[in-house]
Amino acid sequence: MPTKVIAGKEVQVNDEGYLTNPAEWTKEIAIEIAKEEGIELTEAHWKVIDFSRSAAASNGASPTLRTITDGSGVSTKELFGLFPKGPAKKVARISGLGKPEGCV
Amino acid sequence: MAEEPRKIAFICSKGNLDMVYPALVMGWAALGNGIDVTIFFTFWGMDMINKARVDHLEIPPIANTSMKMNMMGIPGYIGIPQIFGIIPGMTAFASWLMKKKMKGLKVPPVREYLEMMVDGGAKLYACKMSVDMFDLKKEDFIPGVIDIVTASDFMDMTEGAQIVFI
Repeated sequence: MPTKVIAGKEVQVNDEGYLTNPAEWTKEIAIEIAKEEGIELTEAHWKVIDFSRSAAASNGASPTLRTITDGSGVSTKELFGLFPKGPAKKVARISGLGKPEGCV
Repeated sequence: MAEEPRKIAFICSKGNLDMVYPALVMGWAALGNGIDVTIFFTFWGMDMINKARVDHLEIPPIANTSMKMNMMGIPGYIGIPQIFGIIPGMTAFASWLMKKKMKGLKVPPVREYLEMMVDGGAKLYACKMSVDMFDLKKEDFIPGVIDIVTASDFMDMTEGAQIVFI
């Protein structure tokens, strides 16, 4: 398993750059990955990230976009605005989770 | 990251439930992955964007030999005799069953699915020839349908896109 140093911390990542162990994730890592994606994290972004992390912790699967909009109170429009061009992958990567499991 | 984003275009030509969902599921996945999505509705596919029809889409058991009774909880792959398909109410029953299964999987109904896709940036267009044939107007369509366009317009706007015909 390859490792990568993000925000001064060595973490395990897969070929596509997703963290493979959500426990290694820190807020600093999120900020750093977001920067790579060209996103400056705001309060609204954190709402999505926090929700995704707790959803993944409680049912063991990275949430789908629909799960996020259903559960976090962030609308589809806002979600695509916060994480432009591919929120499914971006939210998962920034939140230190795998790709969403599920099709909706 | 400066490269041109991938583009995909769906042509929806059918209005039966089993032919309606593929474009929605794949289109939504595409949007989630940052791919540009355009959907062109033609012929029976226009039922998906027709305000009066979108909530009443159906799936008929007739001529669908893949639909087995295990969907109703009967084990094995026992077929539904085609003659049963003509009994009044069979299509409504099959449609109810499919909608129930979809709901169980947390798949939104078609109207809501399309709303979600428009919010995610999908561009919807109706086919001019079909609109004329079915005597429809732009007001007959759900919000989010950008315009009624010709086949030639569609070709222009999907330059460089991968096209999926359903």
